[in-house]
Amino acid sequence: MTAIINTERRRFLKVSAATAGSLTLGIYLGTAQAETNAVAGPGEAGSTTLKEGLFEPGAFIRIDADNTVTVIIKHLEMGQGSHTGLATLVAEELDADWAQIRTEDAPADASRYNNLAFGPMQGTGGSTAMANSFLQMRQAGAAARQMLVEAAAEQWGVPVAEITVAAGVVSHAGSGQQANFGELAAAAQQREVPEEVTLKSPEQFVYIGKPNLKRVDVEAKVNGSATYTQDVQLPDMLTAVVLHPPLFGAKVVSVDAKAARELKGVVDVVQIPSGMAVLAQDFWSAKQGRDALKVEWDESQADKLDSEAQLQRYKRLADEPGVVTLQNGAAAEQLEKAAKTVQAEYAFPYLAHAAMEPMNCVVQITEGACEIWNGDQLQTIDQMAVAQLLDLTPDKVKINTLYAGGSFGRRGNSKADYVLEAAQIAKASGRSVPIKMVWTRENDMQGGYYRPFFYHRLSAGLDEQGNLLAWTQRIVGQSIMSGTPMEAMMTEGYDPSSVEGAAKPYSLSHVTVDLHTVSDLQVPVLWWRSVGHTHTAYATETFMDELAQAAGKDPVDFRRALLQDHPRHLNVLNLAAEKANWGSDLGEGRGRGIALVESFNTYVAEVAEVTVQEDGSFSVDKIILAVDCGMPVNPDVIYAQMGGGVGFALSAALGEKITFKEGRVQQSNFHNYNVLRMNQMPAVEVHIVPSLENPSGVGEPAVPPLAPALANALFAATGKRIYELPVGTSV
Amino acid sequence: MKLQINEQDYDLAVDPNMPLLWAVRDHARLTGTKFGCGMAQCGACTMHVDGSPVRACVTPVGSVADQAITTIEGATASSAITQAVQAAWVHFNVPQCGYCQSGQIMSATALLSQNKQPSDQDIDQFMSGNICRCATYQRIKAAIKHAAQSLAKGA
Repeated sequence: MTAIINTERRRFLKVSAATAGSLTLGIYLGTAQAETNAVAGPGEAGSTTLKEGLFEPGAFIRIDADNTVTVIIKHLEMGQGSHTGLATLVAEELDADWAQIRTEDAPADASRYNNLAFGPMQGTGGSTAMANSFLQMRQAGAAARQMLVEAAAEQWGVPVAEITVAAGVVSHAGSGQQANFGELAAAAQQREVPEEVTLKSPEQFVYIGKPNLKRVDVEAKVNGSATYTQDVQLPDMLTAVVLHPPLFGAKVVSVDAKAARELKGVVDVVQIPSGMAVLAQDFWSAKQGRDALKVEWDESQADKLDSEAQLQRYKRLADEPGVVTLQNGAAAEQLEKAAKTVQAEYAFPYLAHAAMEPMNCVVQITEGACEIWNGDQLQTIDQMAVAQLLDLTPDKVKINTLYAGGSFGRRGNSKADYVLEAAQIAKASGRSVPIKMVWTRENDMQGGYYRPFFYHRLSAGLDEQGNLLAWTQRIVGQSIMSGTPMEAMMTEGYDPSSVEGAAKPYSLSHVTVDLHTVSDLQVPVLWWRSVGHTHTAYATETFMDELAQAAGKDPVDFRRALLQDHPRHLNVLNLAAEKANWGSDLGEGRGRGIALVESFNTYVAEVAEVTVQEDGSFSVDKIILAVDCGMPVNPDVIYAQMGGGVGFALSAALGEKITFKEGRVQQSNFHNYNVLRMNQMPAVEVHIVPSLENPSGVGEPAVPPLAPALANALFAATGKRIYELPVGTSV
Repeated sequence: MKLQINEQDYDLAVDPNMPLLWAVRDHARLTGTKFGCGMAQCGACTMHVDGSPVRACVTPVGSVADQAITTIEGATASSAITQAVQAAWVHFNVPQCGYCQSGQIMSATALLSQNKQPSDQDIDQFMSGNICRCATYQRIKAAIKHAAQSLAKGA
C-alpha cells in the first residue's frame, strides 16, 4: 500500500518547528525503514512508501502491525545508555509494554534529529542526551498515545475520555473492548498529529525512576549479535589499514609499495593526506601490506616534542600572567595580606581515549553520493566534512549510525578526522565498493586527539582564623577548540573548556583564574570524558584539601563554609560524607578523602577509601558517591554510569599517560598504556538524590571527583600530597 | 584450510599464519568475537579451542586446524554454562558499550567450567586479562557469582 502524504501534517511540522522551538515533535512522514532494513538517509524523509498497517506519528516512533514499537534514537549509543534512556521516555508517555519496545538509530538529518542543546546540529556529547530529549521524546510518546486512543474511540464508538491505556493495551471498560497498538496502528496513522499533548505528572510514572528496567541493547550485547562498525559486512567490501607518520607533522617523501602490492590479498596502496593506506580483501592481508610499506618521511616540519621539556616550558609560561578567565575582587592584593599562604603546582599528562573498539569507519562512494557506516557521534559535522571532500551537498552523505564500542569523546571530533580519513581512502582508491578502514590499536593510541597535557599553578591565602581569603589559579595547556569548527564557542577570546570548573563552585570573594593557551604544537587534542574537569577538578579539589589542612579544619567543614549559596552542591557533599561515615576512624594505614564537582549540570561528591601498605603500595577499597542529576530517569543506568565513570577515572588516575620522546609517542598498546583491570576495581556505593528537577547528564560527571578524592585519601593515609598524575601503583 | 568452528566444518582460503581471529571474522564471517589490541592484552578476542580459552588475535589459524573452535555464537547456541552466564549478564544489565563482552563471557564460561564456585580472588585473577574500558567489572563479578549459583541449582 502506498499512503498519501498528509499535507496538513507536513504543515504542522513547519509551524511547530518555527514556533515551538525545543518542544517540537519533529513530525514528519517517514519511510518504512524496517522493511528494507536500511536506515533512511537525508532527503528520504518525504518518501511516500509506507508499509501497510504502519503507524509512524513522527520522527521518533514507528508502530508496526505486529505490535512492535520502534523508537528512533538520535543519540549515539556508546555505552552510556542513550537507547534505553530515550526509549524509556517514549514508553512512559505511550503507556507501552517495555517488552514491545525496540530501538533504531536515527539517520543523519539535523532537520529532525538535531541535539537541542547543540542548536542545528545532530550529535552526542556533553552528557546532553537525556537533558535535551526529556520533553521531546515524552511529547512524541504522548502524541502517539493520543492518536491511538482517538483511533480506538472512533472504531468502538465510545468517548475518548473513557479509554485507558496500560502496558501496551488500549481498553474501554464500559464496552469491554480491547486492542493492542499494532491492531490500531493503521487507523491511528489516519489521525491528525495533536498540536498539544498533556504529559504525565511524576506520580503517574510507570517507567521513569523505576529500577531494574532491562537495557534495550543487553541481549544483542551478550550473544555477539550487536553490530559495531567493526562488524559491518557488505558485498565486495575491502578493508583498509593505514600507516600514519611517526611524528605529528611529518610528511610522506617517497613510498616503496612493491613488496606490499605483491602480497596475497592486497588490492591497492593509496596515499592520503595523513599517510598511506593499504586496501585488501581482509584485515590481515591489509595489515601485512601496511607493514611491508617502505616510506621515507620528511620530519623537518614535525613536532620534536619531549614530555620533560614540555613540562619545563609550561612552568616558564606560568611565570607570566595569562588571559584572565575569572576574576572576583582583588586576589593578588589579598594574598599579600594573608596570615598564611599555600602554593601548589600540578601536572597532567596527555591521555588517550583507548576505547575498546579502535577507530574505524566504512565508506562507500558512488556516483554523486556517499554512504557511511560508523558509530557516529557528530553526524552533522561528519556529513559536512565528507561532503566538502567529495564536492557533494551534505544531504548526499548518508550516515548509518551503529553502536560504538566506547568513545569517551574520541568518536566525536569537530575535525571529523577518522571519518574523513576513511573517505579520503575511498576517494583515493577511485573505487565504488565499500571500504572499511580499520585502525590497529597502535594507530588508535598513537593517532593523537588526546586529552591535552595541562599544568596548573595555584596560590591561596588564609586569614588568622583559617578562613579562605583569596585564590589564584594559572592554567597552561593546548585548546581543544582553537582552529576547529568549535572555535565559535570561544566567545570570550579563550577556550572555556580549558578552565571550566577551576576554583568552582565555591563562594570566593577574591579569585583570579588565568590561562596560557599553547598554540604551536601539532599534537592533536580533543575532549576526553568530562573535558576540562579532568584536570581542573583535580587541582581545585586537592588544593582545597590542602587549604583545609593548612587552616586546621576538617575538609568537609572547610568546604561547607564556602557552599552556603550552593544547596545542591552542599547536599551531595553532605550525603556522601554521611554515607561514608565521615570522621570515623578507618584504622591503621587507611585513609579517606572527599571531592565535590559539578559538571554538565550534575552534582557529584565522592569519598574514596584506601589502604596503604608499608612499602607504599596501596589499594582503592571503596568509593562512596552521591549524585544529583535531577529527576532520575533510569536509576540502573545512573548506577552503571557512576560506577563506570569511577572506574574510567581511576584508570587514568592510576596508570594512564601518553608521553613523547623526540616527537614520538612512547605508548602503543595496552602493555604500556596501563588501563584499569578487574583486580583494581573498587566497590562503588552510589546514592542518588531524589529530585523533580529536569534531568541532567550522567555519562561524564562521575569522572572528575574520583582522582582528587583518591589523592586526598592517600594524603590522609600517608601525609603525602600528589601533584602529578598518574599516581602509579605506590606512594 | 579446513576448520571446525562451532561444530561446523569450514574450508577457508586463508594463510596458516593468519590469526584465528581474522579467519573467523573476515572469512567465516562470524563477527561476535572482537578485535581490541592484536597482542593478547585485552581479551576481546577470546574464543575456546578444545574447551580452553585462547586469545584468537595471536593464535595462528594453522595451529588449531584439527581442533574444536568455539566462538560466542557457538557457545550461545550450545553451552549451558555460557547460557547461564548470559542470563546473569542480562539480569545485572552488565554491558555498557558491550564491545568487550563477548570476550568477557567466553572467559567467564571458561572460569566456571574449571571452577564451579569461584571466590572474588579467583574471579579477579581469571578475569584480569579482559579489559573493559566502561569498567563494568563490578557487575561482571556479580554476574559470574550469580551464574555459578544458578548452575549449582540446576545441577
